[in-house]
Amino acid sequence: MNKIGLIIKREYLTRVRKRSFLILTFLGPILMAAIYIIPIMLALNSSTDHLRIAVVDESHWFEERFTDNTEHTFVTMPGQPIDSVKELVKSGVFDMALYVPPTQLNIPSNAVVYSIRQVPMDVETYISSVMRKEIEDQKLMAKGVDPEIVSAVKTAVNLQIMRMDENGNEKETFTKVQFTLGIILSMLVYMFIIFFGGQVMQGVSEEKTNRIIEVIISSVKPFQLMMGKIIGVSLVALTQFVLWILLTGALYLGFTAFLGLSSPELLSSGTVMSQEITANDVMNNESVQSIMQIVQSIDFGTIIMSFLIFFILGYLLYATLYAAIGSLVDNNTDSQQFTLPVTVPLMVAIISSFYIVNNPDSSAAVWFSMIPFTSPISMMVRIPFGVPIWQIVVSVVLLAGTFVLMTWIAAKIYRTGILMYGKKLSYKEIFKWLKYK
Amino acid sequence: MTKISIQEVTKRYADHTALDRMCIDIPERCIYGLLGPNGAGKTTLIRILNQITAPDSGEILINGEKLCQSHIARIGYLPEERGLYKKMKVGEQATYLAELKGIKKAEAQKRLKEWFDKFEIGGWWDKKVEELSKGMQQKVQFITTIIHEPDILIFDEPFSGFDPINANLLKESILSLRDKGATILLSTHNMASVEELCDSITLINKGKSILQGRVGDIKRQHDTQKREIVIRTDDPQSVYGLTNTCDNIKVESTDMPDEMRVTTFNASSNELLNRLLQVGQLVSFKEVLPSMNDIFIQEVQSQNQDS
Repeated sequence: MNKIGLIIKREYLTRVRKRSFLILTFLGPILMAAIYIIPIMLALNSSTDHLRIAVVDESHWFEERFTDNTEHTFVTMPGQPIDSVKELVKSGVFDMALYVPPTQLNIPSNAVVYSIRQVPMDVETYISSVMRKEIEDQKLMAKGVDPEIVSAVKTAVNLQIMRMDENGNEKETFTKVQFTLGIILSMLVYMFIIFFGGQVMQGVSEEKTNRIIEVIISSVKPFQLMMGKIIGVSLVALTQFVLWILLTGALYLGFTAFLGLSSPELLSSGTVMSQEITANDVMNNESVQSIMQIVQSIDFGTIIMSFLIFFILGYLLYATLYAAIGSLVDNNTDSQQFTLPVTVPLMVAIISSFYIVNNPDSSAAVWFSMIPFTSPISMMVRIPFGVPIWQIVVSVVLLAGTFVLMTWIAAKIYRTGILMYGKKLSYKEIFKWLKYK
Repeated sequence: MTKISIQEVTKRYADHTALDRMCIDIPERCIYGLLGPNGAGKTTLIRILNQITAPDSGEILINGEKLCQSHIARIGYLPEERGLYKKMKVGEQATYLAELKGIKKAEAQKRLKEWFDKFEIGGWWDKKVEELSKGMQQKVQFITTIIHEPDILIFDEPFSGFDPINANLLKESILSLRDKGATILLSTHNMASVEELCDSITLINKGKSILQGRVGDIKRQHDTQKREIVIRTDDPQSVYGLTNTCDNIKVESTDMPDEMRVTTFNASSNELLNRLLQVGQLVSFKEVLPSMNDIFIQEVQSQNQDS
């Protein structure tokens, strides 16, 4: 209807023009990109920083065991007292000093690093691993075992997970990727519902406390006003989401181009968001050749489609509730008791998602992804693992049906609540409104 | 012709009756005052007229038709509590509100510009509402109320927050709207504006109508026969002496040294006048009708005592 159109337009434009929207739109992708970029930047930076480390080994176990590389040089200082070496560190000749005290018995197990600056994590790891290896080797030798045999025995196991369907088709799955994807998708739905649902509530209660409602209510029906606001804000949410994806993509591409990295395989499909996850995981995963396999194993079409459907329906369901709550409260202080029934199912859903992600096909997981108030979040956890089509359909139908029902209830609460001032409200009272014509 | 007919309208809330079989007939092209103490039921009645709430019983006729959604577009309502979106620009907001009332954007902006100039707020078109003073916000809100040229206007305390110059501007606008054919319902506590503007009034107390009629008629009904005579005389003592021979008179000195004010509560004051003329020069003779303020207080208090 024409008037709903006007309301949607106003809600959309005033929100999109706000400075906070712009800031969030640009900050979001920067933060997202930063999560990905900063570790790389740090890794690149630390290699340019060369460390000189003096070694004073009074146990004489580890002299010449430390090897130099581009990041650090070890200088053994035999016979030098540690105190004078410390002075050298202070004067800047060395960046740090490693001191292994003399051993009382046979095996040294203590060492100290003296440094003015923070000791980089990798240096710390390197020193302790060299020392541990040396001690282990010495112990093995003492027991009469050749360390060469031990390292020959070590084996890497490559466990493949194959999902089969009834027709006997097999598909390799990558649990780690699905795990991350599931958590991130459900978190996104949760955050968007809380954030934009909150905006609906705030908008409604602004209209109420400013008494704008009294002016507008004589021009439009309360239902039009409520739906206009909900739809307007949902368009803002979608705009923000699309902008985030585009900007994150642009930043990511810009950054990779800047580094001179070509990553065609990362551009080949899907959203930038999921690419990043894939990319991240691949970087940790040493089997680079499986990138294509992993990307192909993820059904991006289904994931994006179901994300949009569950996000929009979930938002709409909760937005109607938030609108009803907004119409009930006069000021922010008494909103708490009414927001609780809305935030509790969301909290339950997000907490249970950590259980669901470990066991996405358990009956509890199936139930959570069917119950309309938790399904938008719980289903998104399960989607990357693959969900039977009938379950998705049932869940969507239930969700859409509940949305219609809640809209009907919320409209009744809204209609009465929005014009009710200075009255202490109880749930009993609100329940009575539902029976009004 | 009756424009709005309120018939036996009753509205009950859980703990009290806001309106009890209220009957009001508002003629076309008049300014009708809705008076009453706080909590009398005025706002409830206005909300029922605006179809914000529905009455429990009784009905309202507009031009003889039962009140329905289609009438809403022909009502302009200025609520007591002023409300505008604080973060929105003035012009944009006024256009939005006008569009919600079904006016095309271009037409709305043309009309708004005219009114903005008339109220001398043309320069504020692109300012945010929160930057405006309270009085200026009220002007904006008044304009948005009348912008769709409705034939029924409902103003709830339109003068609060206005300085005398702007109040006058508003008063003239209200009068000219009536002259153009609008029927205006004015709810106010400002009795001076009632006397200046209203053709008829209804006084509501505790949900009941306790006084109804044309302002002039009501004042005459409440005539206490008070007459005020001012006389110039060199002999004040003889004027004071009159209090001994005439009933119900009061003699006071005035600001002028040689003028005396004599108040009588007897309409047949010819005899008194004769005697006064013998001692001095008549300056003025005035019929003192009670102010709406006095009538308001008297009526409400007497009803409160009865119940």
